[in-house]
Formats: sequence, C-alpha cells, structure tokens
Amino acid sequence: MASSAISPSSSLIFVDKKNVGFSALCAQPSFPFSTLTSKKRVSSKILSVMTPQQSERKPSTTGAVKTGMTMTEKILARASEKTHLSPGENSWVNVDVLMTHDVCGPGSIGIFKREFGENAKVWDREKLVIIPDHYIFTSDERANRNVDILRDFCIEQNIKYFYDIKDLGNFKANPDYKGVCHVALAQEGHCRPGEVLLGTDSHTCTAGAFGQFASGIGNTDAGFVLGTGKLLLKVPPTLRFVMDGEMPDYLLAKDLILQIIGEISVSGATYKAMEFVGSTVESLSMEERMTLCNMVVEAGGKNGIVPADATTYKYLEDKTSVPYEPVYSDGQARFLSEYRFDISKLEPLVAKPHSPDNRALARECKDVKIDRVYIGSCTGGKTEDFMAAAKVFLASGKKVKVPTFLVPATQKVWMDVYSLPVPGSGGKTCSQIFEEAGCDTPASPSCGACLGGPRDTYARMNEPQVCVSTTNRNFPGRMGHKEGEIYLASPYTAAASALTGFVTDPREFLQ
Amino acid sequence: MAAASASAFAASAAFSKPSSFTRSSPIQNPNPLSSTFKLPFPTNSPNYFFKPLKTSLNRPQFSTPSASSADAATVESSATTFHGLCYVIGDNIDTDQIIPAEYLTLVPSKPDEYEKLGSYALIGLPASYQTRFVEPGSTKTKYSIVIGGDNFGCGSSREHAPVALGASGVVAVVAESYARIFFRNSVATGEVYPVESEGRLCDECKTGDVVTIELGEKGNDGDKLINHTSGREYKLKPIGDAGPVIEAGGIFAYARKTGMIPTRA
Repeated sequence: MASSAISPSSSLIFVDKKNVGFSALCAQPSFPFSTLTSKKRVSSKILSVMTPQQSERKPSTTGAVKTGMTMTEKILARASEKTHLSPGENSWVNVDVLMTHDVCGPGSIGIFKREFGENAKVWDREKLVIIPDHYIFTSDERANRNVDILRDFCIEQNIKYFYDIKDLGNFKANPDYKGVCHVALAQEGHCRPGEVLLGTDSHTCTAGAFGQFASGIGNTDAGFVLGTGKLLLKVPPTLRFVMDGEMPDYLLAKDLILQIIGEISVSGATYKAMEFVGSTVESLSMEERMTLCNMVVEAGGKNGIVPADATTYKYLEDKTSVPYEPVYSDGQARFLSEYRFDISKLEPLVAKPHSPDNRALARECKDVKIDRVYIGSCTGGKTEDFMAAAKVFLASGKKVKVPTFLVPATQKVWMDVYSLPVPGSGGKTCSQIFEEAGCDTPASPSCGACLGGPRDTYARMNEPQVCVSTTNRNFPGRMGHKEGEIYLASPYTAAASALTGFVTDPREFLQ
Repeated sequence: MAAASASAFAASAAFSKPSSFTRSSPIQNPNPLSSTFKLPFPTNSPNYFFKPLKTSLNRPQFSTPSASSADAATVESSATTFHGLCYVIGDNIDTDQIIPAEYLTLVPSKPDEYEKLGSYALIGLPASYQTRFVEPGSTKTKYSIVIGGDNFGCGSSREHAPVALGASGVVAVVAESYARIFFRNSVATGEVYPVESEGRLCDECKTGDVVTIELGEKGNDGDKLINHTSGREYKLKPIGDAGPVIEAGGIFAYARKTGMIPTRA
C-alpha cells in the first residue's frame, strides 16, 4: 500500500506512461489532447476537438496555463460556471439536487422561512427531493410530527419528489414511500454523473458512486440552498485510491472501505475528496460502489467519487431521462496522495468498537462472543447486501445462533428480498433462506437502528450488547446503549458471525 | 493530522449580528414556550445575550457597523473575548456523543425544542467522563468553553450538534482539529465559535479550569487561550478563510453583502 505524497510543484504527477510520452513530444501541455489520447478512465464521448497549436508560443505567454483538474475540481468548476478551479478556492456552486429527510428537513425549512420569508418559494420545485426515512415506524409523536411538517411544506411548495408515508402500520400501503434516502436517490434516478448533489445527511457522499460531487451539509446551509440553489463551497484536494486485482469471492466493497479507513484513520481524509479507481473498482456493481463511497465520511472525507462508466450508464438507463455529462480526472490532474491496493491480498475485516478506523482481521476476532447481528442501512441494507448474506446462510445450511435483524433499506429492496432468486439455491428467495436460517423477519424499510433512534425503534440496542453490523459507525452509543459494542462488517462477515455466535471470517462458509 | 483548519464556509447569523430567537430567549421573551412565538428578525441594534452564569461573559461586537456599511477597508480591531469554565474531552468526539440520535426529533428552529436540545448536550459521553456536562434537570451547563482534541464533531451532519452545545450555554469550542461538517455548521449557526488550538489543549487543561479566549487582538500575541487556574497561556490558530463569512454575519449576511441574494425587506 504505497502512499506517495505528491508535491504540488511538479507538473507531472500521477500520470499514465502514455501521457508522459505524449507530453514529452509536445511543446506545450495541450490538455484537451490529453483527454483524447489517454485511454484509461476517459469517456468514449468526445466532448471537444481542437487542432494543435501551430505557433511556437510558450505556455507562459498565453497567460492562462491551466493545470489538469481532478473529477471533483472539474465538477465544481462547471457547477460554478468557471473554466477552472483549484483546491482551496471558494466558489458559489449551483446545486443540481438537494435532498433532505425527516430529521433535518423541518429545521432546514424553518431556517428557509426565517431568512427568505414565510411566503418564499424554493428555488426549483423539481430539484428538491424530500425523503422521510430516519424515524418512521415509531410511536414517538415528535418524529411523526416531523414527517407531517415535511408534507405540509411539500404541499405548500408543490414539491415534485416527496416520498411520503402516512400509514405507519403497513409500509406497503404507501405507494410513494421509499425508505433510506441514499438508496432511494439512486433507485429513483436522482444521482447522475457530473452533477452536484447536496443532502442534509453525512452519508450523502454515497452518491459519488455515480461520478458526481455529493456531500453532506447542515440545516442552515440547506436553508440557503432552498432559497438560492447555490452554496459557497471550498474545493477539496483529492486523495486517489487505486485498487487493482481480482476481487476474491469472500470480499465485498465494505471490506475495501474498512481497509482504507483503517489505513488513513477517521480524520485522514478531512476536507478532501476520495477518488476510487482501478480495475477492482471498475468490476464493482453500482451498489458496491455506493457502499465504497458511503463510508468516505467515516474517514472525514468531503466527498467520494468513482468515474462513471458502462456499469453506471446501464444502471441509469431505466431510471432517468435527464441528460447528464460525465467528467473525468485529467491525466495531468494533481492528487494530494495516492494509495495503491492489491485487492487479491486483502482479507475480510471488521472495525472494532468504538471507531470505524479500529480495523482488525475478522479471523483474529473469532473469540469475540456476540449477542446479535444487524443487517441493514444505506451501507449494508441494499439488495446485493442481502443477496450476499443469503449466500452465506445458503452455503451453511444451518441456523443462526443469535438474533439476526434484517432491515431492507427501501421498499424496492424489501421486494427484491422477497422475490429475487438467490443463485445456486434452486430458486429460493432471500426471504426464504433467511427464514430457514432462523433470522428475524425482514422489517419495514427505514434507517432503523443504525443510529439508535427513538426507544421503540426495531432492533435498537437498549442493553449493553455485542453486535456485528453492516452499518457505518460504531462510536459509543451509536445503536442505542452507550456501552453497546459494535463491530462493523460486510454482509458476508455479518452472516457468518450470526451462524457461529462469534465474530467470524466468512471464508468459514464460503470456501 | 488533517487540515481541518478554518476552511469551511457556511450560513447564517453568526457573531456580528446576534441573531434570532436563540439569543433573545429567555431575556427578551417572557414566554418562549408559546407555540405562537414569533421569531424576531435580527436587527442592527446590538443586543447581547448575557448568560446567567457565574462567570461574566460578554460577547463584544464584531465590527457590526463596518459589516453593514460594507466598508471592508477599515478593519476595526474587534477583539472577541470568551471567558468561563472549561470542560475537557478527548479525540474523535462524534456527533452521537454530542447529541444522541434519539433526541433528533427536536427541531432546532423551534424555540422550546431548541432549549430542550441544550439539556441533552454531551449526554452521549461514556461513563468514563465522571463530571456531567449538564446537570440532570437543568437545561444549561456551567461550562461555557469546551476543549477537545482531534477531529471534534466527527460523524453525522446533524446541525443539532453545535446547536445543542450553544443552547446549553457553550460559547466556544477549542479543538485541535475539526470534522468539516461540524465546523461548517458551527460557523453557519453561530451557536459556538470553533477555535483551533496549536497543540493539544485537552492534555493541558482540566475540566473546571477558568479560561479566557482572546481572538482578533492586534499585536504580536495573536489569538490565545489563558488558563487562569494553571497560569499558562496557549497560542490559538487564526480563524482563516471562515473569517470574512463570520465577520459578515454568516453566509446569509455574506451573500447579501456580496449581492448574491437581495437584502431582506
């Protein structure tokens, strides 16, 4: 895992051999050309063609020697209607999509009205996506009231995308309700390459999987965006993570990001962008890329980003007809650091209590007795996450030894769990496999107990117990009880642990 | 360590305009619990929130006249001083410890719920912290300055975190470094002034020490924290990029000042 710090003064930083060769031939760095010639990670769409400069003019005389930009810099520049931005610059950025939910929405709305007036209108009724998901299936009156506040606002403002819920007793009776915001955003086609997506939730960075700039903000910033459609953002420098090698069949994207966070610590990426590239990343599905970008915030990252490619376009085909234009890091873009991983050498990991960077090999924790397993959240409650867990239960054929809670992230995930056949099972669905393994019945889709929540939240940890969870944070009290001990893990590891009653490396069942 | 230095931007009412209901209650509003309570909009008249604490705290102006007259050339030496008891915590204090998720049903823009948030500030700290930050049954803390280590405020984007601290009576946080969303939200809300220390003040100070923070002082000394209990002084880092936004009065005021949004009617 070489980590090469890159000095900003050198102009050829992390670069393809091809580009080095090419630049050596040219008199000046004509960067439009570098995007055409470097074959890796560049859109096959030709965005602009330029004839080479014929004159002998040196770069310095043109007055505008521009360095290459990373994807993040390019997206922010374009959204600021500027041709160039460098890390450290502050810019007013146009926002393509603003997302909020039941916890932060009411506060953001309050600030919007206070600052812009009671009768103010949001900047664009189609760019706001309001997704109740955090405290839904609870009898807590304030929580229920907060969803009502969102509804009143959406009616008043005629908001196009409001994934409402009224019947708390039966989530399926609510045709608009989706569930976990970050998964819903992706499933509903709101995540598009090259765009700027902000949300009042730290895991908004999940959407970076689609090659866009996506980051979490607070109520006041959101109130500002509601009125103006813009926000003052500082351009982050980019850390590049190159992951190569074939993904072993016992590893998931969760293991990759736990590896990274363990490497750089919970503040290793503070104020920085985390760009994920390499053959392994290219082999990941969209949901796996989402898992990767989801936990960027756990390293302190401002945003995570994966270049868009055929996998992205295929995913978006049936979800959005809004045109989008992907961007890619220039060959001569400058990265703050580059980390390289040979994935084939990695092993299943956990993050031990009480920090996401408290990395350990799952197999080294095999003596840790556990009390429960939780599979859910934007991090580990997507369709593929449940398929992965089902695969382990199927391979074992045995029953779980501890209560195993399953919380699908969205209605669609819930339906997939009940309808999609699991490969190699002879046509069984995840839900059947879970039932046979003795897991709890999959619950109503929401954020659930990932963050504890009101006391009556399903699967909330109300006693000091040890839990293996596919969620994203394990600071003290995260799932409820302050002395609860949470081991963050992939769905494979979580399922394996459920089967033994101890933290377990999934290779026990998958090999 | 991460360059979490004052490089965040954000939003509304911060220090030059003691803003909104948060500062006026309970002094100006006899009935802050009323649900029909009308939020007074910030005016240009300086009104300061004098905390009913043992320590005397005054929050001097941040060059309010210069801010509103857009006369950036005359930089009034507006020193800011915070004084009070400090509460010391460690590294990676995440938002779940600052305000556990079960209290997030409280909406910060509602005055009575704002007060309630204050009563739960730092209630998520583990039992190893033997001194309670807010006494049970109270909504206010006696510690107006929180001293932390690295990566303060990591975790969630919940604005309830700086709000809970501010509502409980904290005026400033002094940390070795901040997580970006928490820092941004602190500047945005004006609830707590996020100060960055040079070095680990969390190792130097103890809960209950009497400290003074001096910012914006002209002269060689620069920004500093004085620990009266131990008799030592420590350098603080300058606010950096967030300075102009804070001085303008938050992002709404900054945006109005620069013509990005129209002035409020």
